Amino acid sequence: MEPILTKHVREPNSFTLDFYLRHEGYEGLKNALGMTPDQVIEAVKASGLRGRGGAGFPTGMKWQFVDKKSPNPKYIACNADESEPGTFKDHLLMERNPHLLIEGCAIACYAIGAKVAYVYIRGEFFHVQHILERAIDEAYQRGFIGRNILGSGFDCDIYVHRGAGAYEAGEETALLESLEGKRAQPRNKPPFPAVVGLYNCPTAVNNVETLANIPLIVRNGAEWYAALGPEKNGGPKLYCVSGHVKRPGVYEASMHVTLRELIEGRAGGVPEGRTLKAVIPGGSSVPILLPAQLDTPASFDGVQQAGSLLGSAGIIVLDDTTCMVWLAENLLHFYRHESCGKCTPCREGTDWLYKILRKIERGDGQMRDLDLLSGISANIAGKTLCAFGDAAVTPVLTTLKHFGHEYEAHIREGRCTLPAGWRARHPAGAH
Amino acid sequence: MSFHPKMAYGATFHKSSRTLTDPGEPFAYTPEHRARFDTVVTRYPPDRRRSAVLPALYLVQRQQGYVTANAMRHVAGLLGITAAEVEDVVSYYSMFYTKPVGTFVLSVCRTLSCALNGAERVTEEICGKLGIAPGETDASGTFTLLEVECLGACDRAPVVMVNDAWHERLQPADAARLLDDLRVRGEAAVSGCHHVVEDRRS
Repeated sequence: MEPILTKHVREPNSFTLDFYLRHEGYEGLKNALGMTPDQVIEAVKASGLRGRGGAGFPTGMKWQFVDKKSPNPKYIACNADESEPGTFKDHLLMERNPHLLIEGCAIACYAIGAKVAYVYIRGEFFHVQHILERAIDEAYQRGFIGRNILGSGFDCDIYVHRGAGAYEAGEETALLESLEGKRAQPRNKPPFPAVVGLYNCPTAVNNVETLANIPLIVRNGAEWYAALGPEKNGGPKLYCVSGHVKRPGVYEASMHVTLRELIEGRAGGVPEGRTLKAVIPGGSSVPILLPAQLDTPASFDGVQQAGSLLGSAGIIVLDDTTCMVWLAENLLHFYRHESCGKCTPCREGTDWLYKILRKIERGDGQMRDLDLLSGISANIAGKTLCAFGDAAVTPVLTTLKHFGHEYEAHIREGRCTLPAGWRARHPAGAH
Repeated sequence: MSFHPKMAYGATFHKSSRTLTDPGEPFAYTPEHRARFDTVVTRYPPDRRRSAVLPALYLVQRQQGYVTANAMRHVAGLLGITAAEVEDVVSYYSMFYTKPVGTFVLSVCRTLSCALNGAERVTEEICGKLGIAPGETDASGTFTLLEVECLGACDRAPVVMVNDAWHERLQPADAARLLDDLRVRGEAAVSGCHHVVEDRRS
């Protein structure tokens, strides 16, 4: 499949409005304004577009759940908090193709009857925010957003809201809390944001890549879109390949593509002289796949059938120099730091898991610690308000399952059995 | 304190345990920052001014480098919320500093993809060169070193943020040279963030 979302990203000035207009820019918005909002939602439903943020929930259905009869204003909240380790696709889209997102936001607002969209961008993407805000200014000046868009009578404002360093803000209800000026901590669900969202108003929260797909669907039709991929996995998909590969980067493909094609073909495979050990296919929160599973189709359903999740399509490749106990320790350091602190099992449990993993990695572990790891994990998963708890225990459980022998070797020999040259020479204490 | 028989609670690391002691100098926005604040606050419904707390705090940080208790009171007054509600936000988000930081804040990404490509060694090189540990500022007040979690540019690992700018593919062997460059050329020394970097490399 020819790239669609990223077709022009390497060309100079791909982020300007003039460039975008030369490549069918805002044609989707023009089409949408000639349809009724319900027709737009129907088209998105028919396309089978599934949310690109991680859960893979059908976008059209999410929009249909928005309570249109509510007397309150409606909102679009675009999730540009991209913080799942191994994920950097939205970053590329916003940096090199920001008008695609703006057009998607405007169409989404029209479809659900919103007049305002907030793009919640992570605090570290300061330079991306500038590009996006400049693009929004251009779109205002040319009447693609603002008052009475293209003479249709439809009004739509788009604002960028900068976060300040919190992974949890990527969870949809935590994102809304953060937008309201509070700590990014999740809300209990239900009610879902479609009914009670931002400022207690009906809200659709959509990922950047999801919204970037909307103009394509409205421009070229739902059938064209669905036919790009396997059944129920239509459209183009952005894959982020990083870790131990020769050519890390964002690769666009249909979801017919296999993990092998992405890792060995597009990304060039592992460095010379090394062998593939494992793959995390969907950001750090999903179970590991083994080299024998590389021919798995990289679709939502394909990866799920193989026992993992496509998630945010952040593919992290690990070669034979990677110690799996170290890997779990590295990721639990992340989850411990990013736990929002609202639910006790997650707030305390991630710290316990980290400390035990660190102890084993440094050679001070005992065999009974392995049961402790499983026990604590079982008391976190499913016992928290949001999916963070389940995500946080996944690196522990998946490495224990597939690489339990490495844990045992650490404990038996009283040292890390695989200390790679790229790691710290003098491992520091916890901080 | 811990109520668990064997496992001590982490008393020092968690964001909810940070305390604020520095009232700082009396604080008010400069006219320029005040004008910026007045513009930003119009993006939100009039009865939802609190939504502007993050941009308001960024303006504080731009003005004086870090966020003091007096600044929180100022922001609280402008937003019509309590100082405690502002502190609640400041103490949660890792990009707000409650202590003075160096001219250059170096945030080294330590999460998986960067670590797989040598981020731990980058941190070690910087620590060695400056004689500080992560979280500290060097004696000259030029550099503050932080270890941060995934920055979202894993294809250009290891990534280091220098204040709000990005430096990509920083190899451990080049870390010391980057520090020297920063002293001489300031933020012009950083690579910036662009996806053409990967083309240049191949």
